Amino acid sequence: MSTTTFDDPPVLSAPTKTTTRRPGVATVYRWELRKLRALKRTYLGLGAAIVVPILFVIAVASRPGGPTDVPFGQYIHTTGLAIPLVLLLFGSAWMYPLISALVAGDIFASEDHNGTLKTILTRSVDRGQIFAGKALAAFSYAILAMVVSATVATVAGCIVSGFNPLTTLSGDSVSPGRGLLLVAASTGIYLMPLLAITSIGLLLSVVTHNSAAAVVGTLMVSLLLQLVAILPGLESLQPYLLSTQFDAWQGLLREPIDWAPIVRAGWVSALYAVPALTAAGIVFLRRDVAGG
Amino acid sequence: MADGPPIEVRELVKVYGDVVAVDRVSLTVEPGDVFGYLGPNGAGKTTSLRMMLGLIRPTSGAVRLFGRDPLLGVAALEGVAGFVEAPRFYPYLSGRANLQLLAGLDGGDATSLIPEVLETVELTDRAKHKVGGYSHGMRQRLGIAASLLRRPKLLLLDEPATGLDPAGMRDMRRLVRRLADSGMTVLLSSHLLNEVEELCNRVAIVRSGRIVYEGTLADLEAAGSGTWRLRTTDDHRAAMVCHQQRGIQRVLAPDAAPALALRADDEDAVAALSLSLARADIGIIELRAQTASLEQRFFALTEGDGEADGPDVSDHLPAPDGAPPATANGSDASTLPGAIA
Repeated sequence: MSTTTFDDPPVLSAPTKTTTRRPGVATVYRWELRKLRALKRTYLGLGAAIVVPILFVIAVASRPGGPTDVPFGQYIHTTGLAIPLVLLLFGSAWMYPLISALVAGDIFASEDHNGTLKTILTRSVDRGQIFAGKALAAFSYAILAMVVSATVATVAGCIVSGFNPLTTLSGDSVSPGRGLLLVAASTGIYLMPLLAITSIGLLLSVVTHNSAAAVVGTLMVSLLLQLVAILPGLESLQPYLLSTQFDAWQGLLREPIDWAPIVRAGWVSALYAVPALTAAGIVFLRRDVAGG
Repeated sequence: MADGPPIEVRELVKVYGDVVAVDRVSLTVEPGDVFGYLGPNGAGKTTSLRMMLGLIRPTSGAVRLFGRDPLLGVAALEGVAGFVEAPRFYPYLSGRANLQLLAGLDGGDATSLIPEVLETVELTDRAKHKVGGYSHGMRQRLGIAASLLRRPKLLLLDEPATGLDPAGMRDMRRLVRRLADSGMTVLLSSHLLNEVEELCNRVAIVRSGRIVYEGTLADLEAAGSGTWRLRTTDDHRAAMVCHQQRGIQRVLAPDAAPALALRADDEDAVAALSLSLARADIGIIELRAQTASLEQRFFALTEGDGEADGPDVSDHLPAPDGAPPATANGSDASTLPGAIA
C-alpha cells in the first residue's frame, strides 16, 4: 500500500435506488459454473470426455473387427451409432464415474482447501442455497461431460463408420434417425446411476474436506460396487447395485422396449442418491466452519 | 434493521472435547464503538468471532447482532461484515472477479460498489490480477474491500494488521480509523496492543477463553494508578509499617527492587503512611505514584493472576493483631472497573 493517507471523504457512496433481486440458488449456481470455468480440473474431465471417444474411434478405424463380447461391439464398423453405445459400456467401469467425481468430490472440499467457506457463508445466501447451487453445478458438469462424450463419439463414429441403420439387441434394424434418438435416450438413462455416483462424490466432498480423498473415494465406491456384482453368492444383490443400473439403457435397444430395467435404474439410483445428498446436506448445514 | 446493540454476547461457551475454547464470554458492543477484543494467540478470540458470525455453533450461550441470532440464518448478518483469521479468496480468480462473486452473493447494489471499494483500499491497479499472486497485505485489504461491499454498520475484523510490514500496519490502522469515523461500529480482534490503544475506545481482554476485563481503555489504564513505589532508609521496617497501615497493601513487583511496591486505596492512605513512617523514624527517600501502561495491564491480566502489578504478598508478612492474613490474590480482576470475575 502506498503511504498516502485515507483522508478523502466518504468511504462509500450513498445507496442507489436500483436494487437487484435477492440472491439465491440461481446466483450460487451461476457462480459455481463460473468458478468451474476457471479451474483446470474442469477441462481435465471434459478433455477426457472428448479425447477418449476420439482415441476409441481411431482404434476402430485402424483395425478390422471389434469387441464381440459386448453388445453392439460387432456393429462398430457398420454404423457410427454403435460407437457411443460401446463407450457407455466401457466407460461405466471408471471413466465416467471419475470424470463426475473430479468436480463433485472437489466442489465443497476445495472451499475448505482455499479457506473460502467462511468467506461465502458470511454473505447473504443461506447454507442451504449454497449447498443446492453447488450440487446443481456438480450435476450439470456430469451431464455436460456425458453429452459431450456421447456427441463426440457419435460424430467421430459416424465419420469413420457412417450414419447407417442400427441393429438393436433384438436383431431389428432401426433407421439412423431413430438410432440417433435411441443413443440420446440411452445417454439420458445412463445419467441416472452416474448422478447417483455424483451424489456420493458430493457427500464425500462435504465429509472429508479433502478433494483428493473425495475423488478417489468416489471412484473406489464405484469400483467396489462393480466388484460386489461379480462376487459369487451375491447374485441376488445385483439388481440393487448401482453398477447394474449402468446397463439399464440396453432396455431401450430392444423391440419392444424393455422398461423394467429402466424403471429399476430410476428408483435404485434414487436409493443411493437421495440418502447421500440428504446426509451431505445435513452435514453441510450443521457443520462448524472452524477452519475454512 | 432489528433493535438491539450491534453485538450482544451472553455466557458464550465453546467446548472441543475436553478443551474449553471459549468460557462464559459476555460482552456488549454499543453503536459507534471501536471495540478491541484483545488477547494472546490461542485465547479464543477467533472462536468467539466465528460464533458471532454464525460459522460455528456455541456449546451454550447466545449471540445477538442488532438483536438477531446469527444461527437462524444469514438475515442476521444484514449490515454486518468482516473476516475471521486472514480473509480468504479464490486464488484462481482475479481480485475483481472475487469481489464480483461476493457482490453477487450479497445482492442489492453491491456490484456497483466494486470500483469505489477497490479505490478505498488502493487495489484498483491490481484488481485484474489473480489473487493467487497477491501479497498478504493485499489480501488483507481485499478482505476489507469485500466487507465494504455489504455497506456494513458493524465490521468484525480479526487481526487485520497481522503479518503486514510497518507501513502496511500503519495504513491498515488509518483505514480502520477512517471506517470507524464514517460511523461504523467496529469489533477489532487483536493481540497488538498499540493497535488497540490507537484505535479502540473500549476493550475486552480475553485469557484462556475467559474475559478478564471489559470496559474503557481509560478505566483500564487508570486501574493501575493506585500503585506506589517506596524507598526508605530502612525498607525492612518500612514493610512492617506498610503492612499495618490501613488502606495500604504490598504487592510483588520484582522490577521495583530495591524499592517496595505498594497499592493504596487512595491518596489519604498514602499521606497517612508517610506520617507513620516518620513516626517510626524511617526516612522516606522516594514515594511516588506508578502508572501502568496498557502493555503492563495486558500482561498482568493475561499472564499473571489478574493483578496489574503482581500478586499481593501480604500473606508473606506476619498478620497484625492476630488478624487473618490477606489472600495472595485478595483483589483479583474483579476489582478492575468493569472486570468480570
